[in-house]
Amino acid sequence: MEREADVVVIGGGVTGTAVLWALAHYDLKCVLLEKEPDIAAGTTKANSAVLHAGFDAPTGSEKARMNVLGNRLYHDLEKELGLDIIWTGSLVTATTPAEEEQIKELKARGEANGVPGLEIWDAGRVREKEPNLSEAVKSALWAPTAGICWPFGIAAAFAENASLNGAEILRGATVTGIETEGGRVTAVRTVKDVIRTRYVVNAAGVQAGEISAMAGDSSFTIRPRKGEYILFDKTARASLVNGIVFPAPTKTSKGILVCATTHGNVFIGPNAQEVDDKEDTSVTPAGMDEIIAGAKKLVPNLPMGAAITEFAGLRAASSTGDFVLGPSQEVKGLLQAAGIQSPGLTSAPAIGQYLAEIIVKETGAAKKADYQPGRPEQPVFRELDDAGQAALIARDPRYGRVICRCETITEGEIVDAIRRPCGATTVDGVKRRTRAGMGRCQGGFCGPRVIEILSRELGVPVPEIRKDGAGSYLYIDKTGGTAK
Amino acid sequence: MSGTYDIIIIGGGPAGLSAADSAVQNGAKKVLILERDREVGGILQQCVHNGFGLHHFKQELTGPGYAQRCYDMVKDRPEVEILVDTMVLEVRTDKTVVAVSPAKGRLELTAKTVILTMGCRERTRGAIRIPGTRPAGVYTAGAAQRMVNMEGYLPGKKIVILGSGDIGLIMARRMSLEGCKVQAVLEICPFSNGLTRNIVQCLNDYDIPLYLSHTIVAIHGRDRVSGITAAKVDEKMRPIPGTEFEIDCDTVLLSVGLIPENELSRGLGLTLHPKTSGPVVDQHRETSQPGIFAAGNVVHVHDLVDFVSDEAEIAGKYAALASLGQSPAVDRVIEVKPGAGINTCVPQHLRLGIEGENVRLFMRAAQPKRGVKLVITSGGETVLTKPLAVVKPSEMIAVDLPAAKTAALSGEISVAIDEGV
Amino acid sequence: MAIEQKVLNCIMCPMGCEITATIEAGVVTGTIGNRCPRGAKYAKDELTAPMRMLTSTVRVTGGRLRLLPVVSADVLPKGRILDCAEALRSVTVDAPIHAGDVVCPDVLGLGVDIVASRDMERA
Repeated sequence: MEREADVVVIGGGVTGTAVLWALAHYDLKCVLLEKEPDIAAGTTKANSAVLHAGFDAPTGSEKARMNVLGNRLYHDLEKELGLDIIWTGSLVTATTPAEEEQIKELKARGEANGVPGLEIWDAGRVREKEPNLSEAVKSALWAPTAGICWPFGIAAAFAENASLNGAEILRGATVTGIETEGGRVTAVRTVKDVIRTRYVVNAAGVQAGEISAMAGDSSFTIRPRKGEYILFDKTARASLVNGIVFPAPTKTSKGILVCATTHGNVFIGPNAQEVDDKEDTSVTPAGMDEIIAGAKKLVPNLPMGAAITEFAGLRAASSTGDFVLGPSQEVKGLLQAAGIQSPGLTSAPAIGQYLAEIIVKETGAAKKADYQPGRPEQPVFRELDDAGQAALIARDPRYGRVICRCETITEGEIVDAIRRPCGATTVDGVKRRTRAGMGRCQGGFCGPRVIEILSRELGVPVPEIRKDGAGSYLYIDKTGGTAK
Repeated sequence: MSGTYDIIIIGGGPAGLSAADSAVQNGAKKVLILERDREVGGILQQCVHNGFGLHHFKQELTGPGYAQRCYDMVKDRPEVEILVDTMVLEVRTDKTVVAVSPAKGRLELTAKTVILTMGCRERTRGAIRIPGTRPAGVYTAGAAQRMVNMEGYLPGKKIVILGSGDIGLIMARRMSLEGCKVQAVLEICPFSNGLTRNIVQCLNDYDIPLYLSHTIVAIHGRDRVSGITAAKVDEKMRPIPGTEFEIDCDTVLLSVGLIPENELSRGLGLTLHPKTSGPVVDQHRETSQPGIFAAGNVVHVHDLVDFVSDEAEIAGKYAALASLGQSPAVDRVIEVKPGAGINTCVPQHLRLGIEGENVRLFMRAAQPKRGVKLVITSGGETVLTKPLAVVKPSEMIAVDLPAAKTAALSGEISVAIDEGV
Repeated sequence: MAIEQKVLNCIMCPMGCEITATIEAGVVTGTIGNRCPRGAKYAKDELTAPMRMLTSTVRVTGGRLRLLPVVSADVLPKGRILDCAEALRSVTVDAPIHAGDVVCPDVLGLGVDIVASRDMERA
């Protein structure tokens, strides 16, 4: 099919959706292309979920600028977009005199970057905040503006608001080519469509190098850096941490942290391992040992029996060492949002606004007169009081049928997750939007029921329902045995 | 559906149904069963195989057949009300039960006593930490069983099963009957955790290899499982480098153990036992909270549903008596401690009257042994001995302490395996 | 004529007795280890003509559920179990059904009926 758009955004991670959200404020026809069945399927779905204060990146770098601005924007947007954020603050711990010097340098750098409220805390104050930390911790850098979030939820909020304001999100839309004429982009080809456009935003994560090269700009490459994590059950939180705890950073990374999640769990990780395979999200025994050893330096008594899952994510590290942001030097109409590794999540809304402003300036697009803020209401049964629960069931009886018993998620919430703008089409899509299947039983009980509901709501047979990725089919038809 | 119930039973599986029947037989007039699924019967409805009921009903039944028998016992009793499609959110110590259902909305019900019969759930991949990718095609054996036997879909065609628990063995046969190829069953222990009869009729009959002291060291495949790497483990269950081999498969089923479903028990503040993961109970299955009873797999995971029914009948009887104000007088509390060779023992204590009473103890051995003796002692004195030809952790041991013996008890008793026969 | 001894695990009930069978001239002449007479019969059958129960599901129309669990009314020859399971895949029954109703009479001419394991009400 042939389509027309003013801007095509390639990549439905938090960066791509934030760009789409920023563009959706203007009179521009925008289309986002995502190759997987759902948004936020790459780096966004497996990272530390930390909104950084902004003291890590060198002063003057794109990373430092976008981080500090992005952090501020999240504070502003939290309410409007209903973002799942807890402003816990963060601690960077020091165990040796050399590390104590290091955190003082971090404080100075943070202040130069414009990070507010940084303080050096002594051991007593640190342990008052985090009683389970190692005796070896002598002092720590406290950053009150840091927080934890649910990255999928943030990408979904951007996507839903953009959809509400007329942007189109095409999933399962792998890009196969970018056409140019006279050094300017003219169209993007996908497995299904050709989309005529004058602007392409490359937010393709670990694939951003390939996408840029398709348009004729090979000025950078992306080398994935894998990070592995272990997630603990909520019951273990009391013996771990309340917020974000980093070790003193190394040259290449912020180190293995111990960190709470907005869902009440705690994770440890990540390690940092350069890999060649852009789809290698496997978890390794050596990696597990490495992060356990690393985390034990912060919390000596890790409750390993309460580990519920482990996972790995890929950071999209660029060959330039910094974010690759803004207009391509080689191809007109191509804007890069590439090499977005940490603090990419924090930077996303700032990157979105920065790129949108460039396009608005060139095109002269006006602000949408009828721009709708926020996103559609999303009732969460377990968070309502008694009367609220009763009223919700009275309005729609499906809110009275609990499907996921570990997290108390109702059929009503699952149906809503499927029918919302940019709604769920996969089992993991339902899980990320509602938490169904995220509890102790990890979907063992509710998984088959969620598949049934997806099949019914989407009008597709059960064997076509996928777990997550494009080929992640869950069940096959039984020979005979089934009445349709 | 109003007023105070004598008993509210949480869960309409075999434990809940048996408890209700027994409660009515012992005088309860108003009993309510709350069931979250679309019908009663619990997990038995998906256990289409036979082998149930020989002890309790003296007849070999299938899982659904056993559930039918349990349901038939209560369905025409005017004293018993059943609400299906109803999920209990909270049980309070004052015996208020909060539940929701699409038909009835949000309910706050009150009872004189409550029986917890929520059953158990399966341990998952996360709890055992299998390295590798996270593709589709990894299911707990029970989830796969529900899809195959109740919904009519197959999880895959070429299967590897991790864990030799009974559900895994039963699924090995079930998948074979459906025309699938079961490549292997891997068991990390040096012995199987399933019943011997299931090894014979579920694996041997279908030429399915069982690898003892083996585990999965990696799962492969990006979107869907494409294979696994297996390896032998040492005596500490650590994979031995160099013993790895690949098995081609599109599906991994996990049968790595069951855990009592005790979220409501935790909410009630019941004392839970660290090894059984269920509430600590006395011989009447009363928990640490007076008037709150528990029975079946929510207390400790059974290997036979027949014993679940037996236990639920006890809980039903004493919950009924408690609701009628007729609980037996308690003269002393006798702790029951697992000794050498015993991993768990239920009940954890006896609340006895002067007369004593017949008590059945359920135990699990820590290690498989042959030609041993079960010895119950108290204060250095032997109370009872029972020779046992074979003990296995997978097969629960039951032993009866007659009233004459319990009447004489004054202090803690210890249950142990004596190997020196 | 040689006297042979074979050890096998009884599968007639969850006790799983370990039975030692004595075989003389191809005939089982004695068993030890079984705790009930069913064990002796099992050993004899298993060593001459092994038999198994079959449980499976058949599709049901108009019922509350899509599948009806079924069981063979008696044991079937072990070597024909997979054939019988395959034969059941093309069987469809209409609800309502009562536990014990025959859903497939005389499966594959082996003289054994396949019956419903439970009731199935109409939806």
